Amino acid sequence: MAMPRYTLTLWRIMVFIAALAPLGWWSYQVAINAAGPEPGRYLLLNIGQGILWMLLLTLSLTPLTKLTRWKGFTLIRRQLGLWTLAYAVLHLFCYAVFILGLDLSRLGSEIVRRPYIIVGMLALAGLIVMGVTSNKWSMRKLGKRWKTLHKIVYLVLGLGLLHFLWVVRADLEQWSLYAAAGALLMILRIPPVARQLPKFRQLIKRPHRAHA
Amino acid sequence: MLIKIAKPGDLRESDVTPESVYLSRRRFMGGVIGLGAGLALAGRAQAAASDYQDVPAGNPPGWFGPKLENAEWDSVVPADRELDKLTPFEDATHYNNFYEFGTGKSDPARNAGSLKTQPWSVVIDGEVNNGGRFDLEDIAKPSRLQERIYRLRCVEAWSMVIPWLGIPLGDVIQRAEPTSKAKYVKFETLVAPEQMPGQDSSFALIDWPYTEGLRMDEAMHPLAILGLGMYGRELPNQNGAPFRLVVPWKYGFKSIKSIVRISLVEQQPVNSWQAIAPNEYGFYANVNPQVDHPRWSQATERRLPNSLFNPNIIDTRMFNGYADEVASLYQGMDLRKNF
Repeated sequence: MAMPRYTLTLWRIMVFIAALAPLGWWSYQVAINAAGPEPGRYLLLNIGQGILWMLLLTLSLTPLTKLTRWKGFTLIRRQLGLWTLAYAVLHLFCYAVFILGLDLSRLGSEIVRRPYIIVGMLALAGLIVMGVTSNKWSMRKLGKRWKTLHKIVYLVLGLGLLHFLWVVRADLEQWSLYAAAGALLMILRIPPVARQLPKFRQLIKRPHRAHA
Repeated sequence: MLIKIAKPGDLRESDVTPESVYLSRRRFMGGVIGLGAGLALAGRAQAAASDYQDVPAGNPPGWFGPKLENAEWDSVVPADRELDKLTPFEDATHYNNFYEFGTGKSDPARNAGSLKTQPWSVVIDGEVNNGGRFDLEDIAKPSRLQERIYRLRCVEAWSMVIPWLGIPLGDVIQRAEPTSKAKYVKFETLVAPEQMPGQDSSFALIDWPYTEGLRMDEAMHPLAILGLGMYGRELPNQNGAPFRLVVPWKYGFKSIKSIVRISLVEQQPVNSWQAIAPNEYGFYANVNPQVDHPRWSQATERRLPNSLFNPNIIDTRMFNGYADEVASLYQGMDLRKNF
C-alpha cells in the first residue's frame, strides 16, 4: 500500500497529538476543579491507566501490521513506546510529589518495602532500557541483540499488570479487561496464530470482491 | 461576626465522658459575650443553620425536621478548629468509598440516587431481650440529635473533617437490652442489587452484605454514634443514608453505611474487608501511625481537599487523635497483632 510521504508524516503528527490529548484533558479537569478533592491522586491513577493503554497500543502494532500490511503502524511503534515511557515517568513523578510529598527518604523506604512498588519500578526500569536504546545508533550497535533486548516489553506488560492487580481493592472488572487485552496480544504472537493473521487479511478483502 | 477567644476556653474532645452533659461551644461563647444562657440557646439553631447556608437542602422524612430543631450543635468539636477545618460539603459528598454504588470515588455520588431510604426499617436481633424490626424513626426518637465534628481517616491515607449529626450508639444498644452473652455488635448494610449497582457486578470481591463489627465496649463508647445527618441536614445517599455508623478512632471502612441490621453476638464477627484480605485489614482497624498497611505507610495522611501545589500531608495521630478517650479500651493488647 503505497502512500505519499506527507500522509505518513501527517499520520505520525496525529498520533502524537492523540497521545498527548489525555494529559491535556486531565490537566484541564484539574484546572477547572473537576478532578475532585485530591487532584494529585486523580492524575496518578489516570496516568497509570494511560501507561497500560500506551503499552497495549504499542503491542498491537505488530499484529495490526500483519493483518493489514500497512506501513503506518510500524512507523509509530517507537513513538508509542516512548509515550509509554513518558507516561510511566509522569506516573512515578505524581507518586513522589502528590503521595509522598517529595519526602525522598520515604521514597527510598517505600520502594524497598512495598512489593507492588518494587514491581512497578522494575517495569519502569525495563521501559527506560528500551527507551534509551530506541535510537538508530543503538540499533546499529546492538545488531541482532537489539531485538532480543526489546523482548523485555513482554516482561514489562506482565509486571505492569501485576502492579495494577495489587492496587485493585475490591473490583476486578477493569483489571480483567486490561489483562484480557494483554493476553489476546500475546496469543496473536504465538507462531501458529501469527501465521494465520495474513490469511485474515484476504478474508476481509474477499467479501468485497464477491459483492462486486 | 468573628470572636476569637483563648483556646483553653474551647470545649475539647478530651472533655467527652460518658457521664458528662455536653456543653455547646456556642453556648459557652454566648456566655462569654454576656448573653444569658437561655438567649444563647434560642439563637443556636439559627447559628447552626447559617453555618451550612451553602449546603443544598435534602428531602428528609417528616420526623427529621423536629429532631433537627432540637439538635445539640457542636456537641463534640476538634480541639484545634484551624487545623481540623471542616471539609467542604461538595468534597465530602463527591469523594466516597461506598462500593455498593461502584468502586470509583465519584461513583457513589453518581449512582446513589437510586437508593430508597424512606421508609427504612432496621432489624435488631441476637443476644437481646428487646429485639425486632423497628422503623428508623422509632430507633432515633428517644435520643436527642447531637452534632459531632469528627476527623475521618480513611485506610487509604487520606482524611477529612465531617460535622455529623447522630445519636449515641450506646443508647440504641441499651434500649435493646443485651443479654450477658452479648460480646460483640455486628452490623449489615442493605442488599438490594436493583438499587445498588455495585452489588450486581460479578467482579466484586465483597461477599454482600457488607458487614462490620465492634466489641461491646467499643460500641458503648460515647464517641461511637449512629449517624443520621451531616452538615446540618440528613445524610445524602452516597454518605450512607439514612443511617450509618461513625467510629472516629477507626479507619473509615469500619463506619458501615445504610445499616439494616444490628445483631448482638457472642463471637467476634468477620468484617467484609478482613474477609477479603486478612493480612491487610483487621477486625479492630484502629487508626495507628505505627502499624503500616502492607502496601503503604500509615504514618501520614493527606488532608482533603488538597491541591497539586500543596498535597497537605500531615502526621497521622494515634487513634486518629482520640487516644485520650479510647486508648484505655486497648490496654495490654498488642496493636501490631490486633491491627
